[in-house]
Amino acid sequence: MSLILSVHDLTMHYTTRKGEVSAVDNVSFDLAKGQSLGLVGESGCGKTSIAFALMRLLPENGVIKEGYIMLNGKDIVAMDYADLLKVRWRKIAMVFQAAMNALNPVYTVGQQITEALELHLSNISPAQARERIAILFELVGLDPVLMDRYPHEFSGGMRQRAVIAMALSCSPDIIIADEPTTALDVIVQDRILKRIRELQRELNMAMIYISHDIAVIAEVSDRIGVMYAGRLAEMAESADIFERPLHPYTYALMGAFPSIKGKRRDLKTLPGEPPDLLDPPPGCRFHPRCPYATEVCREKQPDFMPVNGAARSDLTHGHYVACWHPMQGVTL
Amino acid sequence: MTQTPYTDGTLVRVEGLKKHFPVGGGLFKRAKSHIYAVDDVNFAIQKGKSLGLVGESGCGKTTTGKMLARLHDPTGGHIFLNDAEVGQVDLAEVKGAQLKTFRRRVQMIFQDPYESLNPRRTVFDTVVEPLVVQGIGDIVEREERVAGLLDMVGLTPADTFMFRFPHELSGGQRQRVAIARALIIDPAFIVADEPTSMLDVSIRIGVMQLMQELADRFGVSYLYITHDLAVARYMCQDIAVMYLGKLVEMAETEELLAHPLHPYTQALISAVPIPDPRVKRETLEIMGGIAQPIDPPARCRFYDRCPFADDFCRDNDHPPLEDKGDGHKVACYKV
Repeated sequence: MSLILSVHDLTMHYTTRKGEVSAVDNVSFDLAKGQSLGLVGESGCGKTSIAFALMRLLPENGVIKEGYIMLNGKDIVAMDYADLLKVRWRKIAMVFQAAMNALNPVYTVGQQITEALELHLSNISPAQARERIAILFELVGLDPVLMDRYPHEFSGGMRQRAVIAMALSCSPDIIIADEPTTALDVIVQDRILKRIRELQRELNMAMIYISHDIAVIAEVSDRIGVMYAGRLAEMAESADIFERPLHPYTYALMGAFPSIKGKRRDLKTLPGEPPDLLDPPPGCRFHPRCPYATEVCREKQPDFMPVNGAARSDLTHGHYVACWHPMQGVTL
Repeated sequence: MTQTPYTDGTLVRVEGLKKHFPVGGGLFKRAKSHIYAVDDVNFAIQKGKSLGLVGESGCGKTTTGKMLARLHDPTGGHIFLNDAEVGQVDLAEVKGAQLKTFRRRVQMIFQDPYESLNPRRTVFDTVVEPLVVQGIGDIVEREERVAGLLDMVGLTPADTFMFRFPHELSGGQRQRVAIARALIIDPAFIVADEPTSMLDVSIRIGVMQLMQELADRFGVSYLYITHDLAVARYMCQDIAVMYLGKLVEMAETEELLAHPLHPYTQALISAVPIPDPRVKRETLEIMGGIAQPIDPPARCRFYDRCPFADDFCRDNDHPPLEDKGDGHKVACYKV
C-alpha cells in the first residue's frame, strides 16, 4: 500500500488566558491510499483539533508546537498560504460536523459548490461546474434539481449530503469527516454512513472518520485509533481493536457502550473524568482513572509502540499501544 | 376526582392523550391547520418499572413527556396517576393549587444540563428549591436533606459541592445535580428526557447506573425518553415506539428488540450501528424521510414510507394498537 499521509509527533497547544492547553500531544499515524482510519474518543480528546491541524484551519490561538504532517512529500505544517490553497480541497477535504453552519444561508447550495470549484480548479466554466455538481449530487444521493435551492429548504440529512458533495467536488485524495452524522436520526445516519463508505471505496479515497461513537466508527473504518486526553492510546485494525483491546481505556470504552445486539452485558463504569488539559497529569494521562496504574505510569509517559516487539515503522498496519501494562489475552 | 386506586400496580395510565399545536394562526386569526404532535396515545406504567419512549426527532416523544409533567396542557385525553399519597388523579384536569400538590409526585429531568440549571444559583439553591416551593421542612432539615441527596448522587463530599455554581461543574456533575433536584421531594414518577445524550460515553454509564440505583432505592418509575434504543435497553423494562404522534408498537424490552413487528420498528432497529465490526447488519430500507404531521390524513401515519402498505392501509384509519399476545402491542394491519 502506498503511503499518502504521514503525521509524525504532532503536538498542538491552544493559548488561553489560563495558560496553555495541551490539546494534541505527540500524535503519529499514517494513512495509505484508499484506507479508512477512524479516530474515536470523548469530547476534548483532541480528535477535532487533529482534523483542523490537517487542514491548517486552526483558530488563531492554536499553535502547532512540534511535528510534521507530510502529504505527498510536502509538510503541511510548514506550507505557505499559496501552497496551502493548492492542497486544501484538492488533496484533502473536510466534511464538517455541523452541516447547518457549514453552508451559507444566503446562497444556493449550487452557488457555494461552484465557488469552491472556481477557487480550486482554475479553468472551469460555469456550465462545466453545473455539470460537475449534478454528478456530485447524484453520487451522494441528491436530486440534481436541488442545486438551485437554498440550505433552509434542505432537511438535516440532505444538508449533510450537500456538504459531502462539496467535500468531494475537487476529487480529493483524502477526506476528513468530523462527526458528520452526529446530529442526524438513526435511519438517516445509517443511509449516510453507507453512502460515505461506498463512495470512499468506489473513489479509492483515503478517509479519516472522527466520532465519539464507537459503533459508528466500527461501521466505516478499516483501522481505528483510540484517543484519550490529546494522545493516541491505541491503534490497530478494526477487528483487533474490538477483539483484542490492549489499552485499559480502549477496554473500558468497549465495556461502556450499550448495544442492541447480543446478550445484555452489564455495562462497566469508568471512575472519574478526563483530565484538565491545562494541567495534564504527569506520566500516562490515563493513570488517574486506570485500575492497573503503578508507579511507572504516574511518572513516565509510555511510548506509542508496536506490540510483540516489532520495529516501529509504517503506522498503516500493525497493532500499536501506549501503555506500560497492556492487557493481554482479554477477549470481549 | 379522587377515586379508589387501581389494585393492579399501575402507576400512570395514559388514555387517548392528544396535543395539537396550531400553525399559521395570529392574534385575531384562527389557525387553519394543526400539527398533530401527539395523537391518541395510550400506555400504562407499572409501579417501580420504567417505560422507554423511543422515536426520531419530531415524533412527539418530548411533547408526551412534557404533558405528563404538565409543562404542556393536553388538547385531550387523560393521564391517570394512581398514587398512594394523593390517590387517583387525572393529571390532565388538575389546575391551580392542586397542580402544585401533584408536582410533588411528578418531576422532570431535562436533556441539557447546561441549559436546565440556573447559572446564578449554587447547587444548594437549585436542589433545595422544590422543598422551598412546597414549604417542606425548616432550614436545618432542608440542608440535611440536600447534603444527604448530594451524597447519594455521587457529589461527595457534599459540603464541597453545595456552594458551587454550575460553571464549576462538569456535564456529568451537572446532570447529577438535576437528578438530585428531581428526587428531593420524593416523587413517585420522573419524566427523564434524554438525560444522558449530552454526556460522554465514560460519564454516561455512571449516570445511567445512578438513575437505576435511585429508582430501586426510592421506588420511583421513569418515563425514559430517548432516541437511542441501546440506552433504552439498559434503562427500561418496556419500550414504546412513537412515529409522528402515534404509538406504533409497545412491548417488553428484549421482546421488542428480538421480535419487532411494526415495519417502522424493524427499520429503526436495523439502522442502529453495532459496536462490533464482525457483525454485518441487514437493513430494512424505508422510503423518504420524516415529515411534520400537519393535518395528516386519517390513514396509517406510516403509509407513505411503508414498504408493505397496500390499498387497505390507504383506505382505512390509522390502525389501533392491538395486543398480539403477551402484552406485545402493535398498530399495523399487516402484522
